[in-house]
Amino acid sequence: MGINKMQQPGQKVDGWKPRIIAFLCNWCSYAGADLAGVSRLQYPPNTRIIRVPCSSRISPLLILKSLQHGVDGVLVSGCRPGDCHYISGNYVARRKFAILNNLLEYLGIEKGRVHFAWVSAAEGKRFAELIKEITEEVRALGPAKELVKKQD
Amino acid sequence: MTISSAHQAANQKTGAVLVVGGGIGGIQAALDLAESGYYVYLVEQSPAIGGVMAQLDKTFPTNDCSICILSPKLVECGRNLNVEIITYADILDVNGKPGNFKVRVNKRAKYVNESLCTGCGICQTKCPWETDSEFDQGLGKRKAIYIPYAQAIPNVPVIDKELCAYFQKGKCRACEKFCSVKAVDFTQTDQIIELQVGSIILCPGFNKFEASLVPQYGYGKYPNVITSIEFERILSASGPYQGELLRPSDRQRTQKIAWIQCVGSRGESPQNSYCSSVCCTYAIKEAIVAKEHSPIPLDTAIFFMDMRTFGKGFEAYYERAKNEHGVRFIRCRPSVIEEVPETKNLRIKYETEDGKLIKEEFDLVVLSIGLEPPKDVQSLAAKLGIELNSCGFCQTDVFSPVAASAPGKFACGAFSGPKDIPETISQASAAAASASAFLSSARNSLVKSKIYPRERDVGGAPPRIGIFVCHCGVNIGGVVNVSEVRDYAATLPNVVYAEDNLYTCSQDAQEMIKEKIKEHNLNRVVVASCSPHTHEPLFQETIRQAGLNKYLFEMANIRDQCSWVHKEYPEEATEKAKGLVRMAVAKARLFQPLKELSIGVVDKALVIGGGVAGMTAALELADQGFRTFLVERSDKLGGNLRDIYWTLDGKDVQQFLKETIDRVHRHKLIDVYLNAEIKDITGYIGNFRTTAASQEGEKTLEHGVIIVATGGQEYKPKEYLYGEHPKVITQRELEQKLATHALGDKELNNVVMIQCVGSRNEERPYCSRVCCSQAIKNALKIKGVNPSSNIYVLYRDVRTYGFKEEFFTQARSQGIIFIQFDDNNKPEVTSKNGKLSVAVLEPILREKVVIDCDLVALSAGIVPNKNDELSKLLKTPVNEDGFFMEAHVKLRPVDSSNQGIFLCGVAHSPQMIDESISQAMAAAGRASIPLSKVYVTAEGIVSSVDAEKCIGCGLCESICAFKAIVLKQVDGVNKAETIPALCTGCGVCAASCPQQARTMGHFTDDELIAQINALAVT
Repeated sequence: MGINKMQQPGQKVDGWKPRIIAFLCNWCSYAGADLAGVSRLQYPPNTRIIRVPCSSRISPLLILKSLQHGVDGVLVSGCRPGDCHYISGNYVARRKFAILNNLLEYLGIEKGRVHFAWVSAAEGKRFAELIKEITEEVRALGPAKELVKKQD
Repeated sequence: MTISSAHQAANQKTGAVLVVGGGIGGIQAALDLAESGYYVYLVEQSPAIGGVMAQLDKTFPTNDCSICILSPKLVECGRNLNVEIITYADILDVNGKPGNFKVRVNKRAKYVNESLCTGCGICQTKCPWETDSEFDQGLGKRKAIYIPYAQAIPNVPVIDKELCAYFQKGKCRACEKFCSVKAVDFTQTDQIIELQVGSIILCPGFNKFEASLVPQYGYGKYPNVITSIEFERILSASGPYQGELLRPSDRQRTQKIAWIQCVGSRGESPQNSYCSSVCCTYAIKEAIVAKEHSPIPLDTAIFFMDMRTFGKGFEAYYERAKNEHGVRFIRCRPSVIEEVPETKNLRIKYETEDGKLIKEEFDLVVLSIGLEPPKDVQSLAAKLGIELNSCGFCQTDVFSPVAASAPGKFACGAFSGPKDIPETISQASAAAASASAFLSSARNSLVKSKIYPRERDVGGAPPRIGIFVCHCGVNIGGVVNVSEVRDYAATLPNVVYAEDNLYTCSQDAQEMIKEKIKEHNLNRVVVASCSPHTHEPLFQETIRQAGLNKYLFEMANIRDQCSWVHKEYPEEATEKAKGLVRMAVAKARLFQPLKELSIGVVDKALVIGGGVAGMTAALELADQGFRTFLVERSDKLGGNLRDIYWTLDGKDVQQFLKETIDRVHRHKLIDVYLNAEIKDITGYIGNFRTTAASQEGEKTLEHGVIIVATGGQEYKPKEYLYGEHPKVITQRELEQKLATHALGDKELNNVVMIQCVGSRNEERPYCSRVCCSQAIKNALKIKGVNPSSNIYVLYRDVRTYGFKEEFFTQARSQGIIFIQFDDNNKPEVTSKNGKLSVAVLEPILREKVVIDCDLVALSAGIVPNKNDELSKLLKTPVNEDGFFMEAHVKLRPVDSSNQGIFLCGVAHSPQMIDESISQAMAAAGRASIPLSKVYVTAEGIVSSVDAEKCIGCGLCESICAFKAIVLKQVDGVNKAETIPALCTGCGVCAASCPQQARTMGHFTDDELIAQINALAVT
């Protein structure tokens, strides 16, 4: 509707489409993504969601594996502070990512590839906005190269 | 078992309940009763259960898809062993006495054998005879043999004898010819069934007001004047226009729609005098949804008298409609609608708030029709021996809101007055709780238990995956190329079967999935459809019935997170759907069966808060035979009720309060703790441990469930000279003064009441619901004491919903003056030499009037108690207004998101006494479900540890918020051990273990990496 398909965020640029993975906690962020759907809020189709019980389930390993497998952007999203279904899992997750960020920087992974966010079950709109922003950012960075395993 | 007072009465009552009416209320009551140990007969007049909710497109205020949230309930009802659904049936008579009723039911012939029919629907495609579809409100067609709607339960067609050519002319029989299972049976006759039940719950719902009775609006004459329920069908993707926003006359896109409120409500005969309570919010919903639906800019206008968005979250919805969606709200009741003959547009003449007369043309007009008692209500009431009120609804009492006027019979939903879905659900759970308490001696005497086939051992066998891809009508199929996804899925490793369904959630699809599991020896199942939040339990149950462990199941969310959010890009959406299916398959290949743990239940309850809600909940639970701890922070029971003296309809509140407190104190099964604070709560459903501190010291209570009834309080105004001038008081203070005769006639000569003080503003955007009725109650009381007094009520919208409207009418007829103001022109209260006066902009005169007065009564809103601490202890969130959040706004209004914890009363949202009582009974009823069981089953998704790899570092123990991990000495070294009953399955331990010794079931590292890997593969 009125949008030039060529300018659509996340569309092919020289044949490349960004691949983004979103690890969403079951109780807040996944429900927030569902709410975006129920509210028919549109966002770019490059992100694939993986449902996990809590953002604290995501270890640095899973993020590094994602980058190794050629994923161009990663989002980990949990409940807002105070809302965690598991009391404090979202804080544990945040602590881990603060440290992981240093490692990523050391490895030469660009800022903007790996995101951590809070999205509540009521924030369908915010979820859609967030995915738009991240898609834009990852698209501007181009394909991830640093950790990608060579394909046989 | 849990019942202590049962012995003598044991064999006397019948442990079965008749539920009359299969709408959402009847469904909820039936499910609650079946889960608490009673056999249920659910009798419905029409061919299928589902009621009006099945016809709705979306539900307010969350715009949830109505059928999507209803469908799992329908299926649950259809598959519950202890719910016997009897459709197309009427109650003939009721005999016997409470506890042992004999009910005769006439089951009309469907001319289709229900046990043979598979619901394939071929008969309706072959039938050549058409008529208007009742379900689509005449906007679409149905055949002479028809299933009323796609998700109908039972999914069995019925033959319309009046239309069927065989019955009318003796030939055709096309349906019979094409039915492969020989289910069509023209010889079937009506059957009379006799049911033995202990109690009866009545929820026959409501009738829609006949819009043609208001001739000035031209319904039935002008094709583009339609009713709100017809508009729901137009909006619905499975409706007559496939969700396209077209108007009936020419099937052209509509660009400009008007809603006219109060059609059939708040009027004079033939309209009804009461307010139908739901129309304001549903009109807002329809306008928002229409705007979102429309591919072209759509202009929407709602003509209303008072905007009655009084429910939880409704006011914010109204504000969003105005400010974000640009819905126009016009305060005017148009007197007439004229059609423009050439265009079939409609012309509405109205007066704007600044007095201009305007003629405006719309291409579609929606009449917001009200709710009436069911058509056959008189004869139903006579058969059941119950009384109706003056409006023809079931007579109930404010203090016992779900009891019909005869013992053992209960009423819920719109049958006892217009109400929305969550209130209907609350009442249904309350009625179920009442019936359950009434029959508690016969609990579990007639129920059948679920027998599952033995779980097939799939360990070691290579994965054989079956995939079912859902069209969800056009919800998915309209964007995603479903057959392409299905074909792609069939090529994935270990997939041995793939198919697509119109609705994978329908009951016939469940049967089909079971067959396919058997036929193809499937040992993993993937469904690509909507959200696991709503539908995973349904499919898990299905595969369990087919002998598979329920954790061998995965969903790909290709609707909420794909087709709905990428509408404009069908190709990319199809690509994404394939990707999501690929990821789901990759994960499912690695699934292992998981075991569910049975947890013993401590059959005691904790109720927090000793107001009317808390006391009611405690009494209800104790009456069902469960010991209940009632913890109250203050030194007295009663809460806000202590300051309320009479209800709007004149009932004595203090008498009721005294009796209730007496009953609580006398009840052997209730332990009351006054001056007590909750210090700590640990544990989980079935086994909570709570520390309550009082002057006598700390006490530890063990219980299986928690009911939160912490209430709220009247807002202390900061505005309008409150606290500065002694004659500016709150409504509650006024009530107290009136009750104690503390005001002389002279002080009541001129009284001004100001509404919405502390409500509907920036700080507290919600409506406090009770204040309009409270003001009118006090105003009428003053008129009773001093008939010559002048009373002015300054209001924004008068929200006397339901039968409260009667008192608003009465107030106006007694000369009480109502002056409307808007938020930008608030009244001003001034004091000159101690003399009070109030200035307000009079909207009809359009000039400022100054009222000198003796007293100003402020209708101060309701504020929740400070719930932050308790919310943390309960792990149950509060919303932005500070009220506790329910698990689902529509369908789980008294459940919290945390298992075993329930909410009621003002802690949930502002409400009236009868509503608080209903909710409290509902919460008690819901809480009694786990209490009535010896065991509850915990989720199988828990963490485990590999003792070989564990180095006993203790990181997992320190990080587990639920104390579900302990370090134990094994052969002299530390090893971590999990307590599965305490494990909530968050997985923090698995993500933190430096040895990767911990595994999080269903979300293992291997499974997640397989998903990641599948995403990366192109």
